[in-house]
Amino acid sequence: MNTIYILWLRQLKRYLRSRVRIVGSLAQPLLFLVALGFGFGPIYAKAGGGNYMQFLAPGIVAMGILFTAMFTGIEVIWDRQFGFLKETLVAPVSRFNIMIGRTLGGATVAMLQGVAVFLLTLLIGFRPQSLSLLPLAFVFAFLIAILFTALGTAIASLLDDMQAFPLIMNFLIMPVFFLSGALFPLSGLPGAIEVVSKLDPLSYGIDGVRGALVGQMTFGFGLDFLVLAVIAGLVMAIGGYLFSKIQI
Amino acid sequence: MSPKSIEVKNLTKKFKDFTAVDGISFDVNEGEIFAFLGPNGAGKTTTIKMLTTLLKPTSGEMRIYGNDPVKEENAVRRSFGIVFQDPSLDDELTAWENMEFHGVLYKVPKDTRHKRAEELLKFVELWDRKDDLVKHFSGGMKRRLEIARGLLHHPRIFFMDEPTLGLDPQTRNHIWDYIKELNKSEKITVFFTTHYMEEADRSAERVAIIDHGKIVALGTSAELKSKTGTASLEDAFINLTGRAIRQEEASSADRMRTSRRMWRPSR
Repeated sequence: MNTIYILWLRQLKRYLRSRVRIVGSLAQPLLFLVALGFGFGPIYAKAGGGNYMQFLAPGIVAMGILFTAMFTGIEVIWDRQFGFLKETLVAPVSRFNIMIGRTLGGATVAMLQGVAVFLLTLLIGFRPQSLSLLPLAFVFAFLIAILFTALGTAIASLLDDMQAFPLIMNFLIMPVFFLSGALFPLSGLPGAIEVVSKLDPLSYGIDGVRGALVGQMTFGFGLDFLVLAVIAGLVMAIGGYLFSKIQI
Repeated sequence: MSPKSIEVKNLTKKFKDFTAVDGISFDVNEGEIFAFLGPNGAGKTTTIKMLTTLLKPTSGEMRIYGNDPVKEENAVRRSFGIVFQDPSLDDELTAWENMEFHGVLYKVPKDTRHKRAEELLKFVELWDRKDDLVKHFSGGMKRRLEIARGLLHHPRIFFMDEPTLGLDPQTRNHIWDYIKELNKSEKITVFFTTHYMEEADRSAERVAIIDHGKIVALGTSAELKSKTGTASLEDAFINLTGRAIRQEEASSADRMRTSRRMWRPSR
């Protein structure tokens, strides 16, 4: 328990100490909000979709969480290269607990980033439908954070340097984001895109967050929760296993 | 004979078709200062990684105070402290936080942990810098902090992989003074590697020389000198391992240091 706590605390301290990182990683979501939100807003309204900013904002909050979560997970590679990982790996504690601590820490950091993006959307003009469902949005956001931090950690356990990072970025994070329904509704899509987007776990996370914030849904809270929880549990188990097999 | 802190028998590690460590055997006595020398790429670090549970051997046997690093990894992990070849501190944390992190991981009770951390930080003369972030420390200060951290949980054996690499003579001497004092006051066994032969000559009770994964000589410094008919340990070392300069592949860490600045999206 203490192991998990100290690893969680470490991630949090590192995050809160790097203000540049906090501000820097808000730039991308802001750009998406402004460019897409205001750019596509008129045509979305003309097509009968309603207010595009209301639709887009929950997706961009999820995007902030996705990116931060994956990056904090992948930080294992930095720790490996710059030595700190060895310090944790020679300690007499279970590697699974180390992985849990890191994941919870990374997920907490991703949540803080998500909250920051959420505040940003409020500034731009996004208005959640009801505040009473805010805790529910929080639950789905946290599941997204856990799932993708664990996924980042699992991938990082298999890699020993950052060479593969552009691959992860272009073939995993970007497709997961763009095909998740963050930017467009998942109804009436061409068959192949619809299948892919239904296989994308982030779709369910965004569906849950959007449902809680503005009441628009495709799958329903129950299915969203089930899919996310099962996949998050699975990825954590695999990640824990891979992490325990790291040799340096 | 005094009891053994390390026992190694026919230890071998292969990476694909390269044999890094090739059937080595040696013992280290309890409370001994033992130097493990060899040219670059000879297998020193690989051996330390196997002894400290970071790598699984291909074959052979090891015991650390009677425990097997492969099967009883947690018992082994509790018994040693280590200073790695590369820095292993968290730069974004303070010296004190690095000590705390270590103490909590090793389940040292809070009172003991704080008392011991204070003692050790004073011992390596970093107490007045305890609340500074490690990234502002010099190489020598980081080394001293790593030594203090490695000792926090009262290990019985202390591994040091090139602890004085890249440090000036003042700091090196300073560090060796600490280590010898610890060896005396806490009866701690010290197992170290170095490229500075005079350090091994001055501090180690026995010296092992490893080359191409095999131990080519083992004994006191005087024994190695008389065996090779040389005047200094450095000459004995050259005599035993040859003059050829060893090739070592650039580690991925070197490549990373370049790319680190380009890809730092999350900091």
